[in-house]
Amino acid sequence: MLINHPILGPRDAQEFVYLGDANLLHRPDGLAEGAIAAFHDYAYQRGNPAGEHRELWYHEQGDRSWLVVTRNTVTHEILKVELARDVARREGRSR
Amino acid sequence: MANLKPLTALGHDAPEVLSIGAVRISERFDVALASVAARRGKAGDLASAAQGIGLPLPAPATHQAGDPWSAFWVAPEMWFVEAPFASHEDIAARLKAALGDTTSVTEQTDAWVRFDIAAPDLAPLFERLSNLDLARAPVGFASRTVIEHVGTYLVKRAAGEVVLYGPRSSAASLLHVLEVTAKSLL
Amino acid sequence: MSQSHRIAGGQIDRGVALRFSFDGKSYTGHPGDTLASALLANGVRLMGRSFKYHRPRGPISAGSEEPNALVELRSGARQEPNTRATVAELFDGLEARSQNRWPSLAFDALAINDRLNSFFTAGFYYKTFMWPAAFWEKVYEPIIRRAAGLGSLSRLEDPDEYDKGFLHCDLLVIGAGPAGLMAALTAGRAGARVILADEDFRMGGRLNAETGEVGGRPGADWAADVVAELAGLPNVRLMARTTVAGAFDHGIFGAVERVSDHLPAPLPGKPRQTLWRIYARRSLLAGGATERPIAFENNDRPGVMLAGALRAYANRWGVAAGDRVVVFTNNEDGLRTATDLQAKGVSVVAVVDSRRGGPLLPGLRHLQGAEVVDSAGRLGLSSVTVRMADGRTEVIPCTALGVSGGWNPNVNIHSHHRSRPVWAEGIAAFAPGADGPAGLAVAGAAAGRLSTHGALLGGQAEALAALGDLGIPATAGDLPKAEDAPVSITPKWYVQGGKGRAWIDQQNDVTVKDVKLAHQENFTSVEHLKRYTTLGMATDQGKTGNVIGLAVMAELTGKPIPETGTTIYRPPYTPVAMGALAGRSRGKEFKPFRLTPSHKWAAEQGAVFVEVGMWLRTQWLPRAGETTWRQSVDREVLATRKSVGICDVTTLGKIDIQGTDAGTFLDRVYANTFSTLAVGKCRYGLMLREDGMVFDDGTTARLAPEEYVMTTTTANAVTVFRHLEFCRQCLWPDLDVQLISTTEAWAQFSVAGPNARRLLEKVVDQDISDAAFPYMGAGNITVCGGLRGRLFRISFSGELAYEIAVPTRYGDALIRKLVEAGEEFGAVVYGTEALGVMRVEKGHVAGNELNGQSSALNMGLGKMVSKKKDSIGMPLSQREGMVAEGGYRLVGVKPVNPADALSAGSHFLPEGAAPVLANDGGWLTSMVWSPHLGHCIALGYLKGGDQKIGTRMRAVNFMNKTDVAVEIVSPHFIDPEGERLRG
Repeated sequence: MLINHPILGPRDAQEFVYLGDANLLHRPDGLAEGAIAAFHDYAYQRGNPAGEHRELWYHEQGDRSWLVVTRNTVTHEILKVELARDVARREGRSR
Repeated sequence: MANLKPLTALGHDAPEVLSIGAVRISERFDVALASVAARRGKAGDLASAAQGIGLPLPAPATHQAGDPWSAFWVAPEMWFVEAPFASHEDIAARLKAALGDTTSVTEQTDAWVRFDIAAPDLAPLFERLSNLDLARAPVGFASRTVIEHVGTYLVKRAAGEVVLYGPRSSAASLLHVLEVTAKSLL
Repeated sequence: MSQSHRIAGGQIDRGVALRFSFDGKSYTGHPGDTLASALLANGVRLMGRSFKYHRPRGPISAGSEEPNALVELRSGARQEPNTRATVAELFDGLEARSQNRWPSLAFDALAINDRLNSFFTAGFYYKTFMWPAAFWEKVYEPIIRRAAGLGSLSRLEDPDEYDKGFLHCDLLVIGAGPAGLMAALTAGRAGARVILADEDFRMGGRLNAETGEVGGRPGADWAADVVAELAGLPNVRLMARTTVAGAFDHGIFGAVERVSDHLPAPLPGKPRQTLWRIYARRSLLAGGATERPIAFENNDRPGVMLAGALRAYANRWGVAAGDRVVVFTNNEDGLRTATDLQAKGVSVVAVVDSRRGGPLLPGLRHLQGAEVVDSAGRLGLSSVTVRMADGRTEVIPCTALGVSGGWNPNVNIHSHHRSRPVWAEGIAAFAPGADGPAGLAVAGAAAGRLSTHGALLGGQAEALAALGDLGIPATAGDLPKAEDAPVSITPKWYVQGGKGRAWIDQQNDVTVKDVKLAHQENFTSVEHLKRYTTLGMATDQGKTGNVIGLAVMAELTGKPIPETGTTIYRPPYTPVAMGALAGRSRGKEFKPFRLTPSHKWAAEQGAVFVEVGMWLRTQWLPRAGETTWRQSVDREVLATRKSVGICDVTTLGKIDIQGTDAGTFLDRVYANTFSTLAVGKCRYGLMLREDGMVFDDGTTARLAPEEYVMTTTTANAVTVFRHLEFCRQCLWPDLDVQLISTTEAWAQFSVAGPNARRLLEKVVDQDISDAAFPYMGAGNITVCGGLRGRLFRISFSGELAYEIAVPTRYGDALIRKLVEAGEEFGAVVYGTEALGVMRVEKGHVAGNELNGQSSALNMGLGKMVSKKKDSIGMPLSQREGMVAEGGYRLVGVKPVNPADALSAGSHFLPEGAAPVLANDGGWLTSMVWSPHLGHCIALGYLKGGDQKIGTRMRAVNFMNKTDVAVEIVSPHFIDPEGERLRG
C-alpha cells in the first residue's frame, strides 16, 4: 500500500507501523470517577469494521509522524490521511 | 584536549574510501551533527535566531547547504544540523548558546556513520537499495529511507552525489550492502 | 538424429550450435531455442512422467502455462526441479533431466499406478489414508512423500545470490505482444516513464509465433523494430525475462527478473534473479491469452499439443513437432495451424473441426462436425481415432495433433484483488471483469480482443487514456495495419462417449471422470472442486485446464458457466523461487549487525559474543586456562563483587527528552513521578502499558531543568520511543516536549564493585566522592583531561556502581583506558552472562520477568505506581483482578539441597501435590548459578508469594523431567538493605 503522507507525499506502507483504531486518541481521564470502566472500554473495545476505518499509523522509517489514515479495510482504498496531532487537537486534546 | 584516540564508525583510525567501478564510497569523519527542534510555539523565534547565525532551516524533505552550518529536515519542526567537526566538535553547546530557549538541541555526531556516495549515474545503485525515486528527486532532496533493514537519512547533494547517514553501530553492515550492490553493477 | 525435426525459418541463430544434454544424451540446438523447442527439433517428444499415474508426457504448450514438460535443470547445488522446458532458454552446456520416473523415462516402474487408476481417483488421499491414525506419521506420510512430488531438491545450499530493487514509472506495461508494444511505444514517444516487462526472453509475444503481417511486414519484424526504437528511448525501461508476478495495492507490482537463468552460472557479482517492487502510477495488462485444449480419451499422449503451440514451434523455432499432423479445433484460430504448417511443407493429414459449416481449407482433408475420440501410441502419438459427423470412426496415423478449444484471456493480474472475471460469450471464455486494481487497464487478448488489430488499437487507446489521467500530453500515432479476424467458436469442452480417461488438468492428472466424481459427492462449488480433485493446483495453476473443469461442472449442475464462476486468482502468476523472495536476507546477511563501541577491543580479547536483537554483545571473556563458560562467568562475577568490573551497556536505549513540559510528560508516561526529580539526579522508572501491565523500565536522569535522558531496556528501545511519540503527538499534542534517540551517540560503560569509584577517579576530571556525587547522582563531567562525558551513579549489579558515557568515537579508547586504570584493582570486563547473574542475585527484574503479562504488583513494585496522578496504565493497573490478594508475586528461590540444579520454566507445586494444573502455583522465570552463594538461585512468580517467604515447595519441570525441593526466599539474595550501593 501507499500512504499519502500529508507532509511527504506517497510513502510505502512498509515504512509505517500500524497501531489500530484511531479512537485511541480519546484517552479518558485516569483520575475521574469511573475511570476503570472508561479505560476498560478505551483499551479493549475497538471497532473492526469491514469498510471505512480510521486508523493510526506511525511513520517509523520516516519522519516519525503519527497519522490518522481513513482506509476501507475491504478494498484498501485510502480516503484521507491527516497528522494525528492535528486530529487530536481538533478533537479536543491539548495538554 | 583529552588523550583519548577516536575511532571511525568502522573501527579504524582513518575513514574508509572505496572505489567500485564508477561508484566511490567515502566514509566521513569530519562532520559534527546535532538535532534542533523548535520548542512548542517557538518556531518563529527559532527562525529568527537561526537567521542570526546563518543557520538554514529548510522545508520538509530538503537539505540546505551553508557555511559553517548546513541542515536537513527530519521531522515536523526538527532538523539535523551539520558543521565541520574540527571547528564544531561542541556543536550542541554552540547551537544551544545561539538559539537559547527557542529550541531543544541534542548532540548527534556519533550516533551516525556518514557515507558520501558518488557516481555519474547513481540510479542503478540506489534502485537496488532504497524505495525512494532518486532519479526524479531534485538536488537538495532529503529523506529517511530503509536500506537492507537499516534506517538511514539520504541527502541528494548533487546529480551524482548522495550523502547517507546510517546508525553508527550498523556502519559495517551498511557499507557491506553498498559494496555488494555496487559490485553487482560491474 | 541431429535436429531431424528442424524446418526452415524461425527466430533462431542457426550459425551457432549449442550443445546440451537430456537424461545424459547429447543434443544440439541454437540460440533462441527453448529446451522444449530444441528437444522437439531433435525428435524428442517424451519429456516427463505425470504426477499421479506416471503417464508418459510431452509438452502441450510453448509457454509458461506448460503443465507437463517439467524437468530438472543443471546439477550439483544449482540443480533446479520443476522447470518448464517450454520457457527454459537454451544455453551451451545445459544439463536437463526428466523427473518422477524410475529407473528411466521410457520405463517407469511406478507407471503401475496408471493400471491401478481406479484407486487413485479424486479424494483418494482423504479416503484411503484415514485409519488407523497412528499410521499417518509413520507409514502413510512417508509413502506419499516418496511417491508424490515431481522433481527432487539437491539439498545443497543455493550458491547464487538474489537481489531486490525498487522501480518507479508512469506506466507499467505487462506483456510485450502487439498490445503491450503499441502501448509502450505510444507512452514512450510521449516522454512518459515506461516500464515494459515480459516473461519471455524475446519481446513480441504472439507476433513471434504467427505469420500475419503488421504494417506490411512480418509481425515479428515489426516487433523487433519497435523494441529497437523503445531501447533507444531513455524514458523507457525494457525488461525481458521479467515476470510480473502480482498486483498489490495502490499501483505496486512484484516482478521477478531472471538475470542469469539463461547462463550456466551468474557472472561474478551478478544475482541469479532480482525481485523488483514496481511503483506504477498507471499500469496496463497486456498479458495475452492462453489456448485451452479439448478433452478426449487419452489426450495426454506426447505429440498431442495445443494447436497454437504447434504453430509457434514451426513459426518461431523452425520445428515441426511431428511429420504427420492432424488438427482438432472448435474455432477458426485452429485452422491457422493447418494453414501455417502446410505452408511450411509439413504434412497435414486431416483437419478435424467439431463445428458444422464454416470455411473449408483448400487442399486439406477437412472433416467438419467430426471429433477426435481417442489416441494411440506407446510413448508418443502414433494415431488418432476420429468420429465423423455421420458417427463412423476412422483411425488416422499421425505423429502430432494440434488441439484448439479456444483462447482464455490471461486475466490473472487483473483479478489479484479478487475482481471476478466475466463470461464473454463471443469468445467463449472469461474476460476481465469490473473492479480490477485501481489504475490497471487491460488491452489486447488479455481483454478478450483476440485479433492483432484489436490488440494494437487497445494498446494505443489504453496508453493514451493512462497518459491523459496523468496529464501527460500524447498523440495517437498511425496504427499499423494488421489482421482483424472475428472470433468464430462453438464451445466444445470435452468429447462425449469414451470409456477411458479424458485429461483436463495434466499436471495434477485430473480427468473429466474426476470432475464427475466430485459432482457426485457434492463437491460442486469451484473452490471445493479444486480442493477435492486438485484441479488447477501446482506450478501451472490450471492455466490450460481450469476452464474446461468448471465447464464440465457447469454442465453437470445444469448451471451456466458464468454462474459456476472461477476460483480466486492469487499471486504469483507463475512460480517464484524462494531465493528471489529472500533476496540478500540469508545466512550472515539475514539482518544487519549492530556493534558496540567496545567491540573491537573485545574481539581482540577473544570475547564470546551473543546476539541481542541485532546487537552483538560480549557474553563472556574467556581467560587463558578457562575451559567452560561457567569458569569465565564465575570469575567475572566474583571479581566484580570483590573489586570492580566493567561492562559495555551502550545497547540500552537512550532518549533525550527536552521541553518546558518534559517533567509533566514523564509523570504521565512513567508510573512513578519525575517532575520532582532534582537536577543532577536520576531515578528508576517503571513504565506501564495502558492495560496496566509493565511495559519497560530503566533509569531516567535530569541533566537540566528542561532536559532529561531516559534509558530503556535494549529490547524495547524502539517500541518505547514509538510509544513516547504516540503520547506526545496523539494524547497531549500541546505539551512542550521534544524527543530524540541518542542510543548510539554515547558509548556507555558500567563500572561496578567496591573499587568502582577508585577506578573512575583515575579517569574522571571532577570530584566524584560520595559527598560530591552521591547515590543516584547524574551529570555532565569531563574525562581524561577535558573530553565531554556523562556520569550516572546507578547500579544493576547491586554494587557501588556508575555508568560513564563519552561520545561513541572515544568508546574504544575509554574501554582501554578503564581496563588499564583498573589493572591495579584486578578489574575485569564482564559480559551479559555475569550481568544476568548479578541482577538475579540482586533481585532485579529483566526480560524474563518483563514478559508483558506481569504488573508492577506482580514484580513487587506495586508501591511505585502513583495513584495521585494520572499516568499511562495506572487506572487499569488498579482493576480488581490486578490488585487481588494471592496473585503472582516475585519471589526468590533456592534449592533445599544446595547441590540441586534448578531450571527456568519449572512450575511451583506444594509438597506432595499431584503435578496437575489445579495445583500449579506459578513458575520459575530466571535461574543462575551464584558463585557468591555457591548454589543455584532463581526468581519466579508465585501465587501469594509475598506470604510464602520461608516455605518449601517443589519446582517441577516436565521438559527436563526434574522435581526439586526448593525454599521460597526474598528475591534479594545479596545486600538486601542496599548498603553496598551507597558505599
